[in-house]
Amino acid sequence: MTQNFRLESGGLINRGKKISFKFNGKNYFGYEGDTLASALIANGVHLIGRSFKYHRPRGFFGAGVDEPYAIVQLYRNGETEPNIKATEQELFEGLEAKSVNCWPSVNFDVGAINNFLKIFLPAGFYYKTFMWPKSFWYKIYEPFIRKAAGLGTASIKHDKERYEHKYEYCDLLITGSGPSGLASAYAAAKNGAKVILAEDKSRFGGTLLTSDVNIGNQSGKEWADSIVSELKEMSNVTIKNRSQVFGYYDHNMLVMSERISDHLPKTKKYHPKQKLWYIRAKEVLISSGSIERPIVFGNNDTPGVMLSSAAKEYMKVYGVLVGKKPLIFTNNDSGYETAIEFKKNGINPIILDTRKEPQSEIIDEAKNMNINIKNSYVVVAAQGYKKVKSADIAKISDDKEKLGSIENIDCDCICVSGFWTPTIHLASQSGNKTKFKEEIDAFVPGTSKQNEKTLGAANGIFTLEETLKDSFEQGNRLSKKITNNDNKVSFPNVVEKKSAVHDKFWCVPLPKGKNYKRFLDFQNDVAVSDIEIALKEGYRSIEHVKRYTTLGMATDQGKTSNLNGLQLVSKIENKVVPAVGHTTFRPPYTPVSIGAIVGREVGKHSKPTRKSPMHSWHEKNNAVFVDAGVWLRPRYYKRGDENLFEASKREAKNVRTNVGVCDVTTLGKIDIKGPDAAELLNRVYTNAWLKLPIGKARYGVMLREDGIVMDDGTTTRISENHYHMTTTTAQAANVLSHLEYYLQLVWPELNVNVVSTTEQWAGAAIAGPKSRDLLKKLFPKSDVTNEGLPFMGYIEGDLFGVKAKIFRISFSGELAYEVNVESDYGYFMWEKIIEIGEEFGIQPYGTEALSTLRIEMGHVAGSELDGRTIPYDNSLEGLLSKKKDFIGKRSLTRKAFAAEDRQKIVGVVPLDKKTSIPEGSHLVKDSNAPLPNPKLGYISASCWSVEHDNPFSLAILKDGKNMIGKKLFVMSPLKNKVIPVEIVSSHYVDPKGERVRS
Amino acid sequence: MLYIKCPHCGMRSQNEFSYGGDATIKRPELGKEISDQDWDNFVYNRKSLRGKHWELWQHISGCRQWIKVERDTATHEIFNTLKANEEISL
Repeated sequence: MTQNFRLESGGLINRGKKISFKFNGKNYFGYEGDTLASALIANGVHLIGRSFKYHRPRGFFGAGVDEPYAIVQLYRNGETEPNIKATEQELFEGLEAKSVNCWPSVNFDVGAINNFLKIFLPAGFYYKTFMWPKSFWYKIYEPFIRKAAGLGTASIKHDKERYEHKYEYCDLLITGSGPSGLASAYAAAKNGAKVILAEDKSRFGGTLLTSDVNIGNQSGKEWADSIVSELKEMSNVTIKNRSQVFGYYDHNMLVMSERISDHLPKTKKYHPKQKLWYIRAKEVLISSGSIERPIVFGNNDTPGVMLSSAAKEYMKVYGVLVGKKPLIFTNNDSGYETAIEFKKNGINPIILDTRKEPQSEIIDEAKNMNINIKNSYVVVAAQGYKKVKSADIAKISDDKEKLGSIENIDCDCICVSGFWTPTIHLASQSGNKTKFKEEIDAFVPGTSKQNEKTLGAANGIFTLEETLKDSFEQGNRLSKKITNNDNKVSFPNVVEKKSAVHDKFWCVPLPKGKNYKRFLDFQNDVAVSDIEIALKEGYRSIEHVKRYTTLGMATDQGKTSNLNGLQLVSKIENKVVPAVGHTTFRPPYTPVSIGAIVGREVGKHSKPTRKSPMHSWHEKNNAVFVDAGVWLRPRYYKRGDENLFEASKREAKNVRTNVGVCDVTTLGKIDIKGPDAAELLNRVYTNAWLKLPIGKARYGVMLREDGIVMDDGTTTRISENHYHMTTTTAQAANVLSHLEYYLQLVWPELNVNVVSTTEQWAGAAIAGPKSRDLLKKLFPKSDVTNEGLPFMGYIEGDLFGVKAKIFRISFSGELAYEVNVESDYGYFMWEKIIEIGEEFGIQPYGTEALSTLRIEMGHVAGSELDGRTIPYDNSLEGLLSKKKDFIGKRSLTRKAFAAEDRQKIVGVVPLDKKTSIPEGSHLVKDSNAPLPNPKLGYISASCWSVEHDNPFSLAILKDGKNMIGKKLFVMSPLKNKVIPVEIVSSHYVDPKGERVRS
Repeated sequence: MLYIKCPHCGMRSQNEFSYGGDATIKRPELGKEISDQDWDNFVYNRKSLRGKHWELWQHISGCRQWIKVERDTATHEIFNTLKANEEISL
């Protein structure tokens, strides 16, 4: 393919490097430095997609972020990404793109029939049509609409790319590297301020790259280049291209997405694809420039109709002609600059100017170049289907109401300029109260709420001299405030051509007898007639009109359509534009990839993984792991072909008959020190703590102020003023915060310090009738007899030279100990226990066996202490001190908590002693009762009792106290099970608790 | 993301803190008789103010201190921050 529309020379592309790419299956060439859009236009391709609703052909409208049409599905390095703007995507070798929103192909699109059915698809058609018959919606209407509408297709594969997040702080963040951005950055940098300058495009300079101006004795572009290279050398300046600041949040935090690898065929090794910057800036200078406004006329969505500034950019930056017979339709001088550029490249444009007798330096230049200028002329309608072929033009009366006779002239593109709209998005997001500026027919930032200031075109200032002056000054002033330096930069001499005032004309009236579609929103196909219908139907608020018609709701967020929409509403409503007001600007300014937002918190990295010091031993010994909060714990140790059920049964049985060892490192541990430590414990636990002797542990329950059980665990008195508290794995962080809350805010007079020591200690629970025999061999120098170390006792021991804490506490209900050593010795301790335990038949056991053991003992855990139960419900009322007050005690007198038939923990055994009971099942009296069957309680935990060799469950049951011995039904609608059961005591094994004391 | 001045550590981003509710609520003294209504007010009843109010935050990923923050619930403006032991002057 030849690049028929590429100029012989010129542009900022690298003609020395040819790049091949594919669009809709066809091969093309472009140059390094092209965007996909400029390369396609160079090859004469103007049909790029279909519109959202009517499936009308779509070409290119802009040259950057404002592009409403040219959205493609991109293929890169085996991955695909939807809804990429061709005007933003830089060309790389091997790039592949396809049209979206067309089927079966962009040239022959079945959905285009909507174009002829458009009378049936007016504003709000979603709400009006397809309403009946009701059953048609799911089967016929919705699937069809989804196929016909919708944009690109998201990949369902795992994204292999890496995305990173970065936090940054700076004195000044400057968003945009046009004249105002460069000038303010330069002034601020000279004052030594820490500056971040962000540019969305690949090239710095903004409009300086395309405008015909001189600064000092350099061209605009040369000046920009020299400032940029100077800024790059300064250590206090971070200057980033391909970086879009898209959101302005609270307290001067802005978020920027940097496209690090999107312009490369493949992301480099160790590089991310994109990086999201969270930037906290002391001051923000918004230099985001302005976006050209279209003028509304018939068929103004035909491919080949585009913004005049875009046509100029394609010529000046990319050396590409958007057409060879251009028609320029303008209401201001910007169109003339585009025409002059065409003329310089040997193309003869025709200018239609809506103004009657405008006079300015630029117009004089165009006249001197013999450009054909028609004043008081408008384009009535574009003609051509897949590309502009001609234009119907007419003279327009001075009052802009009446059209003269229609003439048809040949053209292959129509470059439109309806003046400029300041890009106020970031300012508005920051909370700035925008105001309407009459002279430019647009909103500009008003009163700031945060530390932001808007410069240049984004602030409605359209002359270079004024822009530079203001920007140098603001950059200097704001940085001086921070650094106290005042290094004045001398102001360069600026040469630019003066413009005449623009004509506030934005919409061409329809000629008699013609009903052309005149589009406002090009991506969502919202035409003038749609807004008229919405207003006729009673929609008044601009926010409602937006949602009803979808004006400005597409991926371009109405960058080119919003103001014309407002003009129309204000005209019909006979109100001034500021009275109509604009819709709220919300982040993001332009689409951001989900990958960038998520960053590296994907899959395994979505939360930290904590491992005990013994983890590698578990791995080597066939442990199957389970997530326990952020911890990884062995669920069971697989032997041979065992499944979970068989392995956990074996492990639990071995604890009941021999001895087992379980990694309990994950338990929360809090070190408590100070003379008032006992008093603190006495207030946060429900039972008495003042008289706990040194060397003794005690089980305690903590409540929230509302009386609900918060956590349980044992606390040991290590020495006079030193306690060691354990919490459940899940509640460890909350309990620490809870203690800190009371110590810092409620009882600051208590002299106590708390600190988490969870990670400082590795823990092993040694449980079973032979555990004492093992302990004797582990600690030959210590007295671990029943007298020397009784139940709930604590001693320190010497584990082959390693200092160990030995607690005689039991979760399994067997004779048991918990040994703690400093984490670094955890692996050593574990190996010793296994090695020496061999002769006693030791086996490691995982969380599944641990659960079995505690369930059949009736020991409560997280599934019972689930944030809905009080001590009574868990049969922990014996631990409620009557003599003292404690956190949450007052709540326990609430009527429901003190009710006679209050729920209580019970045991549940299936009558057939065979059927396992699903956790979460309901307990009901009559399994055949009509629905909704009154629920009496629920199964909180289930196991296979190794002691009784039958299924056993714990349940929280209404009036549980009086239900022992009753027969009920367990119902699990999810598993479609009904199981007749008997209610028994929750203490199914060793109800008197003799084993732990043996 | 809010930018909160921890009285101990200085300006820090919101994601280092966890929220702790109304800072003006005083826990009734332990062991004192209290009516059901007063207890309910302490445990459950909170005003959902629009405007300036004092609230608790804990600097959990920093110094772990509970602090008092005066913030406007409508604008997010932060006017003042205090240490746990400093009294709020309303």
